[in-house]
Amino acid sequence: MKKIEIITRTFKLDDVKTALAGIGVKGMTVSEVKGFGRQGGHKEVYRGAEYQVDFVPKIKIDVVVEDDFAAEVVEAARKAARTGEVGDGKIFVSPVDEVVRIRTGETGEDAI
Amino acid sequence: MNPVDNAFILICAALVMFMTPGLALFYGGLVRSKNVLATIMQSFIMLGLMSVLWAVVGYSLSFGSDIGGLIGGLDFVFLKGVGMDAVNSPADNLPHLTFMIFQCMFAVITPALITGAFAERMKFAGFMVFSALWLILVYAPMCHWVWGGGWMGQMGALDFAGGAVVHMSSGAAALCCAILIGKRKGHGSTAFIPHNLPMTILGAAILWFGWFGFNAGSALAADGNAANAFVTTHMATAAAALSWIVAEWLHGGKPTTLGAASGAVAGLVAITPAAGFVTPMWAIALGLGAGVICYGGIMLKNKLGYDDALDVVGIHGVGGTYGALMTGVLATVNAEGLILGNGHQLWVQFVSVVATWAFCFAMTFVIFKVVDSTIGLKAGPEEEDKGMDIAEHSETGYQW
Repeated sequence: MKKIEIITRTFKLDDVKTALAGIGVKGMTVSEVKGFGRQGGHKEVYRGAEYQVDFVPKIKIDVVVEDDFAAEVVEAARKAARTGEVGDGKIFVSPVDEVVRIRTGETGEDAI
Repeated sequence: MNPVDNAFILICAALVMFMTPGLALFYGGLVRSKNVLATIMQSFIMLGLMSVLWAVVGYSLSFGSDIGGLIGGLDFVFLKGVGMDAVNSPADNLPHLTFMIFQCMFAVITPALITGAFAERMKFAGFMVFSALWLILVYAPMCHWVWGGGWMGQMGALDFAGGAVVHMSSGAAALCCAILIGKRKGHGSTAFIPHNLPMTILGAAILWFGWFGFNAGSALAADGNAANAFVTTHMATAAAALSWIVAEWLHGGKPTTLGAASGAVAGLVAITPAAGFVTPMWAIALGLGAGVICYGGIMLKNKLGYDDALDVVGIHGVGGTYGALMTGVLATVNAEGLILGNGHQLWVQFVSVVATWAFCFAMTFVIFKVVDSTIGLKAGPEEEDKGMDIAEHSETGYQW
């Protein structure tokens, strides 16, 4: 099993969710996060004083899927989240040892 | 005693009372969220502390029988002789109690204005003692000099509603405090971003609303002068809100909501000494200047290097000074300024400006040093990190 973390622009959440649901992803976890990469931050001005705000708000979507499904999910997410400008974000893929469904006690791929 | 005037001034007193919580919101939104309650508290609790002090001794020192043009006597301590009729009332159309409570609201808000200078780093206990001493040693003499029969009023200085008594005095005190208390931790490297600008805008709107009581009420009668002061107040404020955002649009890039609110307050401050002495059209001109000049005023701190956290000097100090001088230029109603050929008035205004700054700065310096070396005023670096809300009050403003 793989965990896929998609960090991207906040306004792309709906597009990514729709795309992933469309190829059969059955669940996801979403968090509001802040960070910076090549995009850097932005400038804010209060009464003439300029401040550099380094951390840009982003959305993080966590999905766990079967190994052979991972590549398809990554590609669907990439297409949905892409604008072509700096700041589109990143996708991380990592192995998952175990999944447990709390209600039934099922484990492994059955629990996804 | 005139019942109509009495009704009007009582309502105005209530309007001025509402300015202090308005100021609390104006300042509260400008600080970081960990300091919102401490900042609001420093204004709100003045309604408690200053009101009691005013009744006990402050009113008498301000409006008691004149002693050498410098201070009022003790005739009215504990409101002795301040009654329901006009006997001994400085305004013979108003019950003495009405006049006293209207003036009380001015005494409440003035020390609250200073708190913006030392926001986010002042200990509460020291602050309370500082404010109490400030009312007695700075506000009461200033109030007596200008309105209580003291030397500034005798000299002919024009201050309709408190350009010197309220705004220059708090501005000078703010400059002194900002220098003495030092910078906030992380000043210059950390971003001090206002945590809730909608709160600040609401506060500015409440100030604007309450200021009609402040300025129109200072006519001390429900008459044409009050109407003129009402209109000049509104026009100057409107013009200053506009000119501030134009100035920052041209200078900084974008017009901001904080700029509109700050401009409005700058206009309110600048028209305060002039409200009853200028025409509505000259008020617009005065307001246009106020927005631009106070926008420049807030840049001063970056040039000179003191941390006046919420720009009390730039808005109240600079705006009050500008307003006092412009009163000497533009006065045409019940007074004659420079534009009517009376250069002497401008000179008198200038003398009152210098005296107010010098006296208030020096006296604040002494009070600050005394309280700082006994009780202590500046919070430690750990407290500053945690935020004044937790450190001084054991509570937080927001539970999310």
